[in-house]
Amino acid sequence: MSVLVYADSTEGKFKKSAFEVVSYGNKVAEQLGTSVVVATINAANVSELYKYGAEKVVAVSNDALNTFNANKYASALQQVADAENASVVIVDSSIDGLYLAPLLAVKMDAGYASNVVALPTNTSPFTVKRKAFSNKAFSNTIISSDKKVIGLAKNSFGVYEIAVSGSSIDFDVNVAESNVKSEKVDRVTGKVTIADAEVVVSAGRGLKGPENWGMVEELADVLGAATACSKPVSDLGWRPHAEHVGQTGKPVASNLYIAIGISGAIQHLAGINASKVKVVINTDPEAPFFKAADYGIVGDAFEVVPKLIEKLKAFKAA
Amino acid sequence: MKILVCISHVPDTTSKINFADDNTKFDTNGVQFVINPYDEFCLTRAMWFKEKQGALVTVVNVGESTTEPTLRKALAIGADNAIRINANPVDGLQVAKELAEIVKEGEYDLILAGKESADYNGQMVPGMLAALTDFNFVNGCVGLEIDGTNVTAVREIDGGNETLSTTLPLVVGGQKGIVEEKDLRIPNMRGIMMARKKPLNVVDAKNVATVTTVETFEKPAPKGAVKLVDADNVDELINLLHNEAKVI
Repeated sequence: MSVLVYADSTEGKFKKSAFEVVSYGNKVAEQLGTSVVVATINAANVSELYKYGAEKVVAVSNDALNTFNANKYASALQQVADAENASVVIVDSSIDGLYLAPLLAVKMDAGYASNVVALPTNTSPFTVKRKAFSNKAFSNTIISSDKKVIGLAKNSFGVYEIAVSGSSIDFDVNVAESNVKSEKVDRVTGKVTIADAEVVVSAGRGLKGPENWGMVEELADVLGAATACSKPVSDLGWRPHAEHVGQTGKPVASNLYIAIGISGAIQHLAGINASKVKVVINTDPEAPFFKAADYGIVGDAFEVVPKLIEKLKAFKAA
Repeated sequence: MKILVCISHVPDTTSKINFADDNTKFDTNGVQFVINPYDEFCLTRAMWFKEKQGALVTVVNVGESTTEPTLRKALAIGADNAIRINANPVDGLQVAKELAEIVKEGEYDLILAGKESADYNGQMVPGMLAALTDFNFVNGCVGLEIDGTNVTAVREIDGGNETLSTTLPLVVGGQKGIVEEKDLRIPNMRGIMMARKKPLNVVDAKNVATVTTVETFEKPAPKGAVKLVDADNVDELINLLHNEAKVI
């Protein structure tokens, strides 16, 4: 028996979520009294995983897996899981992780719990705590099948360094043709994405017009943050739809979320309240966001944000 | 083309979330239910195919009779007929297995479902349904065009989009972008009147095996009050974020 973790990589490189699932899988294996095995697909430098407790890495390399394909990836992971006699498979909650996990669960005849936020609260029956109702509640879910697939919610467990002397083996998989073919990938490069960002700077209608986004972008630059916006702003065409965060938009689970001129409608909060620390800057002290935030400034964004940029630059330089 | 749109019956986002029976059940008392917003985008796209390319659109829900008003609303928006699979599902796998039976019997070409439901947010049903039926599968779909049996789909990826080519039969996990928010339809009076006469068939559940159960629900610990910082003292905010919250 083993716990198998899939460490996702994009163009060969691991993201923070890969280190988080490895950290998590290592602890789950400890709870179950078994060992952790980490599977990678076409990753460049698997030894990066050793310091998060990956004693054994099963490295799959195959040109047919250069572009993500949910069926092919799920099949490859199933083959690794079978070979390693895995009883629990852990994946992250990236867009690709959420795409492949239900396929993998059905292929493995496994019970699947997504949005898991903590270590199992019990190993018999196997019980995990999951986010539900747009972060307004948790459900404690029992998985009763022999095999289990767990989707770990992003930024919910953290990354822990545990030095182990890891080793890796190469593993060959059979890749069947897929009827879903990638034709074109359009990816913005050189910009922090909302999914990856530790800090997200978001602005709403309080900014009065798209011409005023310069200071939002500057604040994001100073913090190494991604920019985002509320739904009305993307509906008005002030900012691209890809920046819309909230329910029906992109979910945010960053360490810090700064909301500028966003009143905090419940649909907006539903999408961002998985963020650890929330800061609101708004002229209206009655704005609902002040009830959801950790820190707040009642004031005019056009005065506060430039000051904040200036002071943050000085802080970063110090 | 035969299209099946899977409709989840979910609490309106503004609903208060409470639990009953020792926190083992969602408390529906005073809760307004709506079509899952992610499914609504899919239903609207199905209407587009029906009007522009010709399609028969069936909506389906796995639920008890309390979900019928939600199916009627989908009929009022323009679906041709509705199926309710009579069950009170406990997990996504049960829903997917029940839907798979309907899909096999109905010979549908295209299955549209929101990529997640706004209540349990599991993001499992479309993928599981695709795996159970062995249909092609596109998740996080933000663009869908069909020509004969050839499909061009766009899915959201981290930091951009990917264009995919595939074929029917197909399961799509859709989200905002498959149609825009402004294209969503509010049922008009004529639609509501017509919906009353459209068929809504209730079928027995197959009582499929499930493997996950919710033991209890819990709510997050109450959040402390916001710490207000004076607008003239942003240094204090930086200090708090650095030394107290440790996020910068």
